[in-house]
Amino acid sequence: MSQAPANPPPAKKAAGGRKFELSEELKAYKGVWVIVEQERGKVHTVSYELLGEARKLADKLGVEVGAVILGAPGPFINEISGEAIAYGADVVYTVLDAALAEYRTEPYSKVMTDVVNTFKPEIVLLGASTLGRDLAGAIATTLLTGLTADCTELDISPENRSLAATRPTFGGTLLCTIQTLAYRPQMATIRPRVMQMPERDGTRTGRVVEVTPNLAEDIFVTKVLDFIPDSDQEEAQLAFADIIVSGGKGLQKAENFKLVWDLAEVLGAEVGASRPCTQAGWVTSDRQVGQTGKTVRPKLYIAAGISGAIQHRVGCENSDVILAINSDPNAPIFDFAHHGIVGDALQILPALTEQFRQRRLVNRKAS
Amino acid sequence: MHIVVCIKQVPDSAQIRIHPVTNTIMRQGVPAIINPYDLFSLEEALRLKDRFGGRVTVLTMGPPMAEASLRKAMSFGATDAVLLTDRKFAGSDTLATSYALTSAIRKLHEEEPVDLVFCGKQTIDGDTAQVGPGIATRMNMQQLTYVAKIEDVNLDSREITVQRRSEGGVQVLKSRLPAMITMLEGSNSMRFGTMDDMFRAARTPLKLWNKDTCVDDEAKVGLKGSPTVVSKVFVPKPRAEKAKMIEAEGGASAQAAAAIDMLFTTYPKLANDLVR
Ligand SMILES: Cc1cc2nc3c(=O)[nH]c(=O)nc-3n(C[C@H](O)[C@H](O)[C@H](O)COP(=O)(O)OP(=O)(O)OC[C@H]3O[C@@H](n4cnc5c(N)ncnc54)[C@H](O)[C@@H]3O)c2cc1C
Ligand SMILES: Nc1ncnc2c1ncn2[C@@H]1O[C@H](COP(=O)(O)O)[C@@H](O)[C@H]1O
Repeated sequence: MSQAPANPPPAKKAAGGRKFELSEELKAYKGVWVIVEQERGKVHTVSYELLGEARKLADKLGVEVGAVILGAPGPFINEISGEAIAYGADVVYTVLDAALAEYRTEPYSKVMTDVVNTFKPEIVLLGASTLGRDLAGAIATTLLTGLTADCTELDISPENRSLAATRPTFGGTLLCTIQTLAYRPQMATIRPRVMQMPERDGTRTGRVVEVTPNLAEDIFVTKVLDFIPDSDQEEAQLAFADIIVSGGKGLQKAENFKLVWDLAEVLGAEVGASRPCTQAGWVTSDRQVGQTGKTVRPKLYIAAGISGAIQHRVGCENSDVILAINSDPNAPIFDFAHHGIVGDALQILPALTEQFRQRRLVNRKAS
Repeated sequence: MHIVVCIKQVPDSAQIRIHPVTNTIMRQGVPAIINPYDLFSLEEALRLKDRFGGRVTVLTMGPPMAEASLRKAMSFGATDAVLLTDRKFAGSDTLATSYALTSAIRKLHEEEPVDLVFCGKQTIDGDTAQVGPGIATRMNMQQLTYVAKIEDVNLDSREITVQRRSEGGVQVLKSRLPAMITMLEGSNSMRFGTMDDMFRAARTPLKLWNKDTCVDDEAKVGLKGSPTVVSKVFVPKPRAEKAKMIEAEGGASAQAAAAIDMLFTTYPKLANDLVR
């Protein structure tokens, strides 16, 4: 690929107004892109969540959804292209080179900058993962465009057709909507597990555009010596669990957390916690739900002894059903839980465990 | 060795309250602290200075009151401090912020070549994790984010080996100086400063820089230099209805039974998942 073309001049900002005309050069930027995050053949599910979201945005704009897959040439690339199309892409750009085998900032940002300058998408979305945040920050700087981090909501602003990216700020106390009006592409990283996973449609068709960047490995300074996979994969499981039982400071001491584990066990559920519990070492920090922990969206989220502070809420409010147990009828958790029990979690948790156990027995006998 | 650590003064968000009527942040009385993530980077820089000697310069862009966080950083052992302050910087987004900070780092680099720049993983107010990569890109430095451990630094070959947290595992990366590093939280813990450091922190004059000191292009800072525009700030909406309360006479076991009945009848599909 050739040198990246010089950046087009930004559009003139209309004085104070949000309605303004993009320059002809910037109007040429069309389409909503998702950078599909794949590492060693495994796709991060946030990429599919984003394809679903990109589909909605592209339909509002009447443009195509593009998926960009970067990596070394390999058999799994075709498979991932097919998946990207099934989840909503109209066109897949495969950018393949041995230098892209493992994620590294330098080669990834170089090829992404070139690919964006060549194909000119108006919106580029990435997951707010360690890869997405590392890469997005680098390419937005080389492209000299706007980037909004860690978004939880995306929309198209009807008055100027630009991306309205909403994100929590001040630790989740406030939300703000950010737009990149006069520059293209508009970039955003999006929190995993916030957007709904789209339905997979195996009958969808799309085009594949192959890009061969011909990178010279010796120009890249940083080398990957080794990759040590996490032996404890539980961390990943919390985010994808169907049922989660979470405990909070209201459980009062470490020993009482066992009541949460007991209920989780009969339900086949994962265990979550609020931050004070992970900070006190009652449970490991990978089980923290919230702004600085995991975002979860199970079918059932049981919160015991959790007040429902905004930083916790943002991590669990997308759950299908939230059942809260709290001794304080005015606890903020009842503002967003679907169902509530006012009572002592130290008594209600074991009672739930016992009753579920009994019903399971009944159910087994019946079947 | 010359290390620059970018620190930001932030409001302690644990203590932020929203005004119930005006929906604005009530900053009054909220203490300002060094962004907690920056401390892991500062400590790592101080450890490298202990090992190799040299200087650790702390740099912040902010209002004059941000001096306090620079002095605090010096009390831990940072040797020099730069406060980049100018009305023209107000309203900078991450692109403009990284431009201003890079301008200052370039000037420091002219005084004495910079080997490493440390940034925090992210801030607790902006929370973007974008400024570090922005600086690395502009400085054309190697970018090493989410570093869990610095395994080795060799000043002769100028090589550095780090463990970087990535999704599903840890990458071991070999790179070269100069590099920009962001440290993962929990990777170390901040030391207590010595008495000497505390005295020095109180007495040493700071370098007070403004846009004229180091910024070449005024159009690239502040609101003017920021491609992103904040179009709306609002308080998360409460859910339309409050939780439906489950009430039952007869203590915890009656409440538990009522809760399970409710779940099973309201969400028959969920019942299948619950009682497999
Ligand atoms: C920058 C920042 C990031 C943060 N990130 C997170 C995050 O990711 N996740 C997170 O969870 N928090 C986070 N927090 C902390 C958050 O603000 C709250 O402090 C925290 O969620 C409160 O945890 P809690 O509800 O367990 O404890 P508390 O607020 O102490 O609430 C305990 C609750 O238990 C109830 N209770 C007491 N006894 C009983 C009993 N016997 N039975 C039933 N109920 C009882 C009480 O009524 C109370 O509502 C963050 C804070 C900041 C500043
Ligand atoms: N105004 C600032 N002054 C100095 N350093 C900053 C400033 N803003 C951000 N940084 C650095 O960049 C990191 C990431 O910030 P952010 O992109 O806002 O999450 C912070 O942890 C700091 O190290």
